[in-house]
Amino acid sequence: MAEKMALAKAINESLRKALESDPKVLVMGEDVGKLGGVFRVTDGLQKDFGESRVIDTPLAESGIVGTAIGLALRGYRPVVEIQFDGFVFPAYDQIVTQLAKMHARALGKIKMPVVIRIPYGGGIGAVEHHSESPESLFAHVAGLKVVSPSNAGDAYWMMQQAIQSDDPVIFFEPKRRYWDKGEVDPEAIPGPLHKARVVREGTDLTLVAYGPMVKLCQEAAAAAAEEGKNLEVLDLRSVSPLDFDSIQASVEKTRRLVVVHEAPVFFGSGAEIAARITERCFYHLEAPVLRVGGYHAPYPPARLEDEYLPGLDRVLDTVDRALAY
Amino acid sequence: MTVESTAARKPRRSAGGKAGATGTGTETAAEATGAAAEATGTGAKRAPRTTRAAARKGTAEPQLVQLLTPEGKRVKNAEYDPYVADVTPDELRGLYRDMVLTRRFDAEATSLQRQGELGLWASLLGQEAAQIGSGRALRDDDYVFPTYREHGVAWCRGVDPANLLGMFRGVNNGGWDPNSNNFHLYTIVIGSQTLHATGYAMGVAKDGADSAVIAYFGDGASSQGDVAESFTFSAVYNAPVVFFCQNNQWAISEPTEKQTRVPLYQRAQGYGFPGVRVDGNDVLGCLAVTKWALERARRGEGPTLVEAYTYRMGAHTTSDDPTRYRHDDERAAWEAKDPILRLRRFLEASNHTDEGFFAELEAESEALGRRVREAVRSMPDPDHFAIFENVYADGHALVDEERAQFAAYQASFADAPEGGN
Repeated sequence: MAEKMALAKAINESLRKALESDPKVLVMGEDVGKLGGVFRVTDGLQKDFGESRVIDTPLAESGIVGTAIGLALRGYRPVVEIQFDGFVFPAYDQIVTQLAKMHARALGKIKMPVVIRIPYGGGIGAVEHHSESPESLFAHVAGLKVVSPSNAGDAYWMMQQAIQSDDPVIFFEPKRRYWDKGEVDPEAIPGPLHKARVVREGTDLTLVAYGPMVKLCQEAAAAAAEEGKNLEVLDLRSVSPLDFDSIQASVEKTRRLVVVHEAPVFFGSGAEIAARITERCFYHLEAPVLRVGGYHAPYPPARLEDEYLPGLDRVLDTVDRALAY
Repeated sequence: MTVESTAARKPRRSAGGKAGATGTGTETAAEATGAAAEATGTGAKRAPRTTRAAARKGTAEPQLVQLLTPEGKRVKNAEYDPYVADVTPDELRGLYRDMVLTRRFDAEATSLQRQGELGLWASLLGQEAAQIGSGRALRDDDYVFPTYREHGVAWCRGVDPANLLGMFRGVNNGGWDPNSNNFHLYTIVIGSQTLHATGYAMGVAKDGADSAVIAYFGDGASSQGDVAESFTFSAVYNAPVVFFCQNNQWAISEPTEKQTRVPLYQRAQGYGFPGVRVDGNDVLGCLAVTKWALERARRGEGPTLVEAYTYRMGAHTTSDDPTRYRHDDERAAWEAKDPILRLRRFLEASNHTDEGFFAELEAESEALGRRVREAVRSMPDPDHFAIFENVYADGHALVDEERAQFAAYQASFADAPEGGN
């Protein structure tokens, strides 16, 4: 039966279900045990499943991912937490040179069912290294899958599917949406993990986003509707693989595309989407694909983040520019 | 500082009192340092590299565990003799055979590189005793995490030597099923595998199994953060893992003194588990010390660091030119401590062998070289579409799309006339 719960709670419930249904699933990371994680996403799990399955690790991200690889080789399915987006880089070597390539190097003989949870993105007034969006750095690496839910229901089911995946999945959690409530139906039959979803139908322009920016795009579409513009909003849900077919279908209808993400625009996922959709939809497009995102600057101090992050006005401004062609 | 105060583990029993070992379960750091200093007085094998190092420590290098001298004399060692007490003459001949065949295989691979059959080769020349001694200490259910130079350990695990050459020929990036011999893929990024070994060992402990895990790495890797983190994790979780460091004195061109200011085995002390230095050119010593460390792991006493003190007789790889950074006299000094020669002397002095044994081994050695040569020369290039194979276990839309594009591109040549226009 469907229940309304916060996105963080939905992930908690999903982890709980995975721990219950498969004894090989482990949860590991810094402060995930007694504390329940700094965002309480793993709250109560160690109490119920014990220290052997919900593991407080030393403060060493490379060690967390490196030992998770070893545990996966032993037949476990570790779900590791990197406490914040900006802390993942000590583990980047293990993720890129080891985790991503192991299956191919072993000619398919071994699998790497490791989920790396990363609370990401800004908008919560945090200090340095706590507000970044590094998804492109992982999407660029073959062997990894990269997903990001935008709402509680997806968070629950995408976590289930990520844990069941035999490939390593980088699971980006939109931390500013942790407390947003949404319907979670544990009895539902979920769609495929890497399929995009139209969250608002429209005819004039397609807004594409994932994770924290989906809500913003829905708000932008609502505001544009008041001005008589009918925007379609697509929640990609997955950054690698990217569901280009769904974007293409939408753009063939609306003929205009704006991609929104918090990550810097330069070499961001929007660049890849723009290039491929231009190639696929060249004769359908009425305007160049436009992008809204962060600037090519370090993530700014919290008092400047509203200027750095895409907001309602910047999205609407870009929509206007696309419609002006 | 004691272990109890730094790590969330409770060793079931102290493993203290080993010659050349420090940092065991219960002794204090001060005691451990004292023991090491005491040990240094008795069996220094090698002068410090720099006067500065000597002045700092005030003594020569610490003692090595050694059961066979370079002259092939068996030295008694009350601590470690029990671990090789049941080694039969037949098994001694087996160790000799392992080392000879491994060296022969290694030489063949070097030749194959020179002939253009391999792109690169990383020779283990000089490290046969460290690898065969430790490799033969393992049980089948133990798991090995190698670097890219563990050809002798691979031999002990029953990995087909020809399989090791695939990645050096450039036909694959690994090429064997790690689980068929409990021998993980060669790992090129220095030190990464020590964390995999630690995680695997954590899994062994969770399973309640009494298998052990061994992680190989070198003096260069000892500087990597991953190695330090693997020491931390294994100590905290009391993981059944043996860290087997082959200190072969050189990390490409950098001597060990560029990596550390203390003997490497002493690093274990800071993490709260024992470290021991063994003569890496003494196959019996390596066998005994590794068995001791593995048994500690099986008994739930946690990790051990073994530093096998040895020498890389050859270049780092076939692309390296050691004449730019080291002198021939150093190599000559180590040749006198050759691991194969010393066991042969021991076997001959003990009347465990006859001419027939050596003649037979020579023939077997040549046959192995021939077989490897033929296997490499007949190794086919991979199918072009192998690029897209096994990128993901569950598939990926982009890989499918690009494979199809590649296929179409390849197919576009089908109609082209032979030899152009």
